[in-house]
Amino acid sequence: MSQQNALKDRSMVLQKEMIARHFARLEDAPANHEPVVYTFVPGNLTELIRSFGALPVLPEINALQSGMRKLSGDFIAEAERAGHSEDVCAYVKCDLGMVKAGNIGPAGTKLPKPDLLLLSYTGCYTFMKWFELLREEYDCPAVFFHVPYQGDGALEPQHRAYMIKQLKEQVIPALERATGRKYDEERLRHHLALSASAEDDLVAVLQSAKHKPSPIDGYFGTVYYVGPIFSAFRGTEEGVEYYRALREEVEARVAAGLGPIVPDGSLDDQRYRLVVEGPPSWTHFRDFWKMFTDEKAVVVASTYTKVGGTYDFGFRHDPGDPLGTLADYCSGCYTNLNLPSRIDMISNYIRDYEADGFVINSIKSCNSFSAGQLMILREVEKRTGVPGAFIESDLVDPRYFSQANIKNRLESYFQMIASRRQGAGAIRPDAAAVA
Amino acid sequence: MSCVVGIDLGSTTTKAVVLNGHSAILGRGITNSRSNYDLATAVARSEAFINARFGLIQQQAAGVVDASVVMRLRRAFVLEQFLHQLGRLHELMLDEVERSTPSATRAAYRLAVNEICAAITAEEETRFKQPPVLRSDFFRDSAGSSFMRLAGQVGRGGSSGDGITFDRLVGLFDKCIIRVENEPLALDFRDHIDDALKRIGCPAALAAAVEVAVSADLTPSFTVGTGYGRARLPFPKEQIRSEILCHGLGAHALFPNTRTVLDIGGQDTKAIQVDPDGIVTSFQMNDRCAAGCGRYLGYIADEMNLGLHELGPLAEQSTHTVKINSTCTVFAGAELRELLSLGQKREDILAGLHRAIILRAMSLLARSGGVADEFTFTGGVAKNAAAVHAIRSLVEENYGARTINISPDSIYTGALGAALFATRMVS
Repeated sequence: MSQQNALKDRSMVLQKEMIARHFARLEDAPANHEPVVYTFVPGNLTELIRSFGALPVLPEINALQSGMRKLSGDFIAEAERAGHSEDVCAYVKCDLGMVKAGNIGPAGTKLPKPDLLLLSYTGCYTFMKWFELLREEYDCPAVFFHVPYQGDGALEPQHRAYMIKQLKEQVIPALERATGRKYDEERLRHHLALSASAEDDLVAVLQSAKHKPSPIDGYFGTVYYVGPIFSAFRGTEEGVEYYRALREEVEARVAAGLGPIVPDGSLDDQRYRLVVEGPPSWTHFRDFWKMFTDEKAVVVASTYTKVGGTYDFGFRHDPGDPLGTLADYCSGCYTNLNLPSRIDMISNYIRDYEADGFVINSIKSCNSFSAGQLMILREVEKRTGVPGAFIESDLVDPRYFSQANIKNRLESYFQMIASRRQGAGAIRPDAAAVA
Repeated sequence: MSCVVGIDLGSTTTKAVVLNGHSAILGRGITNSRSNYDLATAVARSEAFINARFGLIQQQAAGVVDASVVMRLRRAFVLEQFLHQLGRLHELMLDEVERSTPSATRAAYRLAVNEICAAITAEEETRFKQPPVLRSDFFRDSAGSSFMRLAGQVGRGGSSGDGITFDRLVGLFDKCIIRVENEPLALDFRDHIDDALKRIGCPAALAAAVEVAVSADLTPSFTVGTGYGRARLPFPKEQIRSEILCHGLGAHALFPNTRTVLDIGGQDTKAIQVDPDGIVTSFQMNDRCAAGCGRYLGYIADEMNLGLHELGPLAEQSTHTVKINSTCTVFAGAELRELLSLGQKREDILAGLHRAIILRAMSLLARSGGVADEFTFTGGVAKNAAAVHAIRSLVEENYGARTINISPDSIYTGALGAALFATRMVS
């Protein structure tokens, strides 16, 4: 167990250190004349940004971190005072509130202003409005990269050509202007090769959940695991090192037949294996997770941990085709998939990871994720014969987390699976004997 | 006699059901959940056992005495319980008068409290002699409505010159009723059966039956709890079941062909699909907002100054249902006053409100997989005729002809399901 903790600690310590270093570097970026590019997780072009020597800032990551640190409620209130409605995406309000409150980021350091807002549009309309507001706030240049929606489940060659054209004619020139550097394809290839290496290790970690017991939690634990690759560290040496260490830890857990480390220790005795659709509630992350672990439920796969890339279906960044691979990457992000593709993905996860059920956490302030989820629920139930649960909360707005209600639904759901497993003979009271 | 107990700790009421070894219902008990779940559980359980013992009396006395005699004994017992609680309320109010009333008016208040309590006692004695009428099962409600009426007569804003005000009298009641509800009072079967027998003249033919009921050993071998307050129950985790499973199983027990269950409780609405064995296959619940749940009707009743049980019958008198969209509990009062100010009739507004609640429930039913045949409606709201009327017409409109089951004891469905789970644990 102590060895287990030591191994666990290594990836956690590594992640903590790399994030702290990144935020410290961001704080000093203006003084060191390092350019800063803001971008979003789905469809992020980190390798391209890095190839220009620029540092990425991911506003949703900052927002979710604020949620976990219990700061989002105040930031949201700040944004609402500035006129943003209660129904607006809570990430947006949390970020704008943070900016208005002095732009101190999750690591407690000041965030630099962007030299460029790089908007990769991958299915979330709100992202456009968000950067529109930030452009107003910072009075800085913005570039729009339009990724066609996979409405028919796949893209045509002309869609790919359209994206590559935009990268060449819009995105790269904008990065050149913002950073004062010329596009260097060799540098980009270097970062892409590092990405592919980390992606291999990440996929091995994700797929380790096929083991019983699962050595990882594929949702609550995995949101930490995908943190580096979804944010600033894809295509970096640090990222490669982190995923190598993580994979070693997880493989050691598999070898020892151990489950993941959860809020109350190691979850080795796993009663339910689940698939989860939708983001977690960040403000009550631990409470939410405990509702699963208290029932000995482990998540074996989730869709949210694919918003920054669906690597487990085979995609790897390809240094041999630098711009084409970026186009492929962006179009394959979970947010850019149509409903049938999402249904396929969840159904496949249930089958491949031998799940007992699936839970949809529907986000109040995210229409992009939530629209169609009930249809997904019905269809996945029909295809897999496995029951689904539907709960509602929010990303970072603490007002939308109803502990009693969510706990009630989840407990009922777990008991439902248990009683379905047992089956039951009908027991009826004798109506004639009723007093 | 071996038995098991199921307890459903709801946000508004706490229910208990006792089953014998053959899963037959021996007794049911209900009380308001108050702010003390532990006590509510004890009271509901005790009421269920009282009900069980009266069941035994009925069984034993069958063919010996007329059923109406047993019914009269039951009413006498309820009256004894009422008077016992009233006595305690009276004591506490007199204490409170001594403690908090200015000395100048203390004597007048003492007199007023004595006068009101004596009047309530006399009214209850008279009521006992008359045919039963529908009223709330809870002491708080029944004593409260008499107290308010009489306090209105005694305290007329101090205008009578003795300084007695209605507000202060109501304040006394409010403060003391909470204490009465939160004290473990002697209200059990053995505490009052002798006085109840005396009250009906100790009919000799009942003596043997009562003796059997008094001496019957009803010690539960297992208890399962459910409902919102279930985490407060002092049971190990395996003795706690979700109310969704309990309502599913309870509805199945009452109506074995049930495939869809709708439960509208105090603060949540649940649409449940069950398989032929009563096992839940899918469910949907309202989210964090309790709009359109039972509590909403409670607020409406308060706003209209009506008893909860009076809402349905009044709504049934409607000739023109007012269209209402919002079922927000918090805005219920504002919505209601707005409609009244527009000249809408109370019964038409109420008909609209009931329809609005059921429309919300229809959306949950759709989300859970629709309404299959047969459909069972449970929970406290299923006692409301107007809600039942609305559900019948909306189910027919949306899903066509369906067998709709409503048990007169639908409020106990969750507790029944819990008791059935207890039976399974015993076996």
